[in-house]
Amino acid sequence: MRLEPVAAPSLARTLGLPALSLAMTVVVASGLAMLAGADPFATLGLILKGALGSKFALLETLNRATPLIFTGLAVAVAFRARLWNIGAEAQLYAGALVTVLIGTQMGLPGPLALAAMALGAVLAGALVLLGPVVLKVRLGVDEVVTTLLFNFIMLLFISLLLEGPLKDPMGMGWPKSEALPRDARLPRIVEGLRLHWGFGLGLIAAVAVWIVQTRTTLGYEIRAVGQNPEAARFAGIPVGRVLLKTALLSGGLAALAGFSEVAGLKGSLTLDLSPGFGYTGIIVAMLALLHPLGVVVSALFVAGVFVGADSMSRAAEVPTYIADIALATALLFMVVAILLTRFRLVRG
Amino acid sequence: MTAAAPDRGVVLRLTGITKRFGRLAANDDISFALHEGEVLALLGENGAGKTTLMNILFGHYTADAGSVEVFGRELPPGAPGAALAAGVGMVHQHFTLADNMTVLENALLGTVPLWRFGLDRARGRARLADLSRDFGLAVDLDARIRSLSVGERQRVEILKALYRDARILILDEPTAVLTPQESEALFDTLAKAVRRGLSVIFISHKLHEVMAISDRVVVLRHGRLAGEVATRDTDRHRLAEMMVGAEVALPHAQARDPGETLLELRDVSMAAEGRRVGLNRVNLSLRAGQITGIAGVSGNGQGVLADLIGGLARPDGGELRVGGQPVADWSPRASLAAGVGRIPEDRHALGSIADFTLTENAVLEGYAAPPFSRSGLVDWRAARRHAEAIIARYDVRCPGPDTRIRLLSGGNMQKLILGRVLEAGPRIILANQPVRGLDIGALTYVQERLIAARDGGAAVLLISEDLDEILALSDEIRVMSEGRMSPAFPRGSRTAAELGVWMAGQGFDHAA
Amino acid sequence: MEIVEILLSASFWGAVLRIASPLIFATMGELICERAGVLNLGIEGIMVIGAFAGWMAVYAGLGLWPGVAVAMAAGMLFGLLHATLTVPLGLSQHVVGLGVTLLATSTAYYAYRLALPEVTSPPRIEPFQPVDIPVLSDLPFLGPALFSQTPLTYLALGTAGAVALVLYRTPLGLALRAAGENPSAVEAQGLSVTAIRMGAVIFGSGLMAVGGAFLTMSAFSSFFFEMVNGRGWICIALVVFGAWRPGKALLGALLFAAFDALQIRLQQTGLGAVVPYQVFLMVPYVLSILALVLMSRRAEVPAALMVPYNRGDR
Repeated sequence: MRLEPVAAPSLARTLGLPALSLAMTVVVASGLAMLAGADPFATLGLILKGALGSKFALLETLNRATPLIFTGLAVAVAFRARLWNIGAEAQLYAGALVTVLIGTQMGLPGPLALAAMALGAVLAGALVLLGPVVLKVRLGVDEVVTTLLFNFIMLLFISLLLEGPLKDPMGMGWPKSEALPRDARLPRIVEGLRLHWGFGLGLIAAVAVWIVQTRTTLGYEIRAVGQNPEAARFAGIPVGRVLLKTALLSGGLAALAGFSEVAGLKGSLTLDLSPGFGYTGIIVAMLALLHPLGVVVSALFVAGVFVGADSMSRAAEVPTYIADIALATALLFMVVAILLTRFRLVRG
Repeated sequence: MTAAAPDRGVVLRLTGITKRFGRLAANDDISFALHEGEVLALLGENGAGKTTLMNILFGHYTADAGSVEVFGRELPPGAPGAALAAGVGMVHQHFTLADNMTVLENALLGTVPLWRFGLDRARGRARLADLSRDFGLAVDLDARIRSLSVGERQRVEILKALYRDARILILDEPTAVLTPQESEALFDTLAKAVRRGLSVIFISHKLHEVMAISDRVVVLRHGRLAGEVATRDTDRHRLAEMMVGAEVALPHAQARDPGETLLELRDVSMAAEGRRVGLNRVNLSLRAGQITGIAGVSGNGQGVLADLIGGLARPDGGELRVGGQPVADWSPRASLAAGVGRIPEDRHALGSIADFTLTENAVLEGYAAPPFSRSGLVDWRAARRHAEAIIARYDVRCPGPDTRIRLLSGGNMQKLILGRVLEAGPRIILANQPVRGLDIGALTYVQERLIAARDGGAAVLLISEDLDEILALSDEIRVMSEGRMSPAFPRGSRTAAELGVWMAGQGFDHAA
Repeated sequence: MEIVEILLSASFWGAVLRIASPLIFATMGELICERAGVLNLGIEGIMVIGAFAGWMAVYAGLGLWPGVAVAMAAGMLFGLLHATLTVPLGLSQHVVGLGVTLLATSTAYYAYRLALPEVTSPPRIEPFQPVDIPVLSDLPFLGPALFSQTPLTYLALGTAGAVALVLYRTPLGLALRAAGENPSAVEAQGLSVTAIRMGAVIFGSGLMAVGGAFLTMSAFSSFFFEMVNGRGWICIALVVFGAWRPGKALLGALLFAAFDALQIRLQQTGLGAVVPYQVFLMVPYVLSILALVLMSRRAEVPAALMVPYNRGDR
């Protein structure tokens, strides 16, 4: 068996294969539900209903999608440059931390506080990723492992702060930071609906990233460096500098997830702020084929699966981890699908 | 060398081999036979189908039709071990050696059953020492491949094949990486092999070698068998005609008076890096309206020289002067800004980005400045117009500017790169192996364009391993060997044989 | 000095071997994969599935050694998935590895919830008990430190030796090393790069899973979520630190375990009263990053690591 390039992949091939990979994911999920002794159609129905079935469910899905848009964008931007940022989780917490620090300590008036918090968060996230990328560019240290390890270090650091200097005296012993003042929170998009402006910011960020990638010289440089760094260097593109800029962009985007969760939803910093949004961002980005606008769609899809599975597992005897398996499966099916749009398997 | 004796036994027979890749027939009904104790030359241009044929023989590809017979037995198709087991040994152009292991370990690899415990190095060592003596292949069995020269590595490859009891040796362009002296030693080894009853297939596109060592010549052209002759019944001229079809007139530059010096190296030294040779006090000046040809066996400092002029490296010692001024901050961008147009040695790895469109590739060097971008925003319409202009002016055959460049043939890819370089109006052109791997049409096109650029006043630095190309195009020839640069020889002042002496590293001491 | 006291206690060195054992298994597994040319980022998840599968098998009534075999088989299954996607299909080893980690982890969690829907705290099994090696375990100091370990620890040390032996002294090791350096050298000698690489990834994943199983079957007696806790990523750093050599990697794992054992004990001292415990817990991760930085320029990376091989391409 060999792989042979497909000269001009047809539209059916480019769209059909990814669609097929999602369909196969549904098949796998049905099998898992049957393993748990549940009716697969009923289970899928419950998931669908839990994600979209009511106004409450829909808003919950949108809220859950918000941080995933940011982490998905962060991963998509980095992976385009073949910069393997697996540390979105750490950058998210860095952003959340700075958000809380600025919001609770500086006493700025509302809109100014929000702007300062967002900016501070972006800077913090950018800095967190800058370390591993400098090590990569200067010393050739593989960034996959360093960014992964940073996640653990950051979480311990947050834990240290929450049990020490940042601990809320009113938290009744729970490791939790002081809450943001009312006027330092992101307002709701529509009064009365539980959906905050973090979601709007996510949409804006997606469009902004799309413009950067398609219209700017930086976007062109990022793609060139990702596809062929040697040719990019030969052509005069400053590869190291492009990677550093990519890191700033990616780390900043991931940090906005932390900002939006704290300022829009939770109001304070806790150790369970993110149930792995950083890691899930990888799935979101890959399912979107690294396209910034696609990230929005895939974040909604992934959030829907999680929210739906949560709600389903309350009604049926199927563990909620069915969502995690389904999404990991979708990721693997998707990379195979992308391969098969460009290559075909031939004998000999 | 003995003449062919057709009555001797056939050891290898290819019958009706056909292999298609999409619409392209890489091999179309090819048949020929190799006899015991002969040297058969397989001659053909790049892309004529030689490599595909060998891949089929070794089971890397499965042929669409046809069969391979070794010592009277048909090989099963698509089984990589079959040819090897039947006694066919191959010396590839790109060596198939593991650099982290010793010569002995490389020879043992695959010759002992995988699941056996222990390697029995002693037995292997003794046999290899015998072979190395019998065939004149001196090499240290305990040296790591990493530390060996190219010539030594080739000897290891041949030893490996002999260690496996190969009765048939196939060598793919074996002299491309050798000095003339090393080539002589290789021919010696082959003669010894033939005397012991081995048979040899010698793949080449160098006519003088083919004439010198082969008994018979098989010529491939566009994937078809173009002819088969006994070497004594033919000559270089007729072989060339068979190889390329009709007789072609290759471009030949006429002498002109050179202008001012545009780029100059004064006593430039560069440190060697690993196995890569550096530069040793090199002096060179490139003058307007002149083609300077750099001859030499590859790996003698040409790569470093190209990196230096292209801005990828800076001199460790000495001075690089452009336009009469020493350069301060030297980088690929600085090189471009100084008016250097760069045609890289490897168009796939350095010259283009495979998954970028022609438009995106056309502005690879110019995207950062107007007209292609303003204040950080790319003007894709200007970029596309630029690509369209290159496609039209440089005869790039393609579906359009939105095609990914990976889908283009090597020749069309090179034409796009050539267009990108020339459209920027360079005063100095660095052409590193500009026609390697191109078919005859693209080759003449690229060479004619380079001559035209010279006539327009550019200084051209042509680096090539092909001495004939250097002789035909250069106004001034220099030879590199082990990082040293020979004096300049004006057009017509040296024969190929005289330059060969320099390529082997002789003469530099007196010149310095 | 408290540190000196700690370093002179036999129980400290016993703990070093105990902490090192899962790392040795998994590091050797990763080393085999990388020597053949494949980066296996599935390691973290494969350790989780190994920890779960071995423990579950014993809980379901199998013996301890069959449990280890079940863990290994589970790891090999995910190794097969990883190998199929990265070797013949040549997909990005980064993306596939992370995908396998996510899949293996969530599969373990799902299966855990399926098997034990009601429990709040996981049931315990009877884990491997320390085995005293006759005579040696009676030595003063050394005996209790080194020769009174569970069988899996002895197996871990034996595995490291066996990997070194196979790698440098057998035809199989030769082929493996060549596959990671220049796959065309393997193919040219009539061997299959695909088979060698897939075999390496599958077997290496099996070892990783045994490393995970050590946690539930020897170090602790239950399965907890998050119990692998980045150990897989640390093992990847240890392979780099060990310059892709089994001996040095073993040394790295022991050194690393010594630091880990030390920080655990320092928490109990006066220092622990002053410094927050999180700082101690950060030590392993910081050390791993440090190891990567220190070795970044020196190590001889297998030349074909992360380079897919397509037959006939050259």
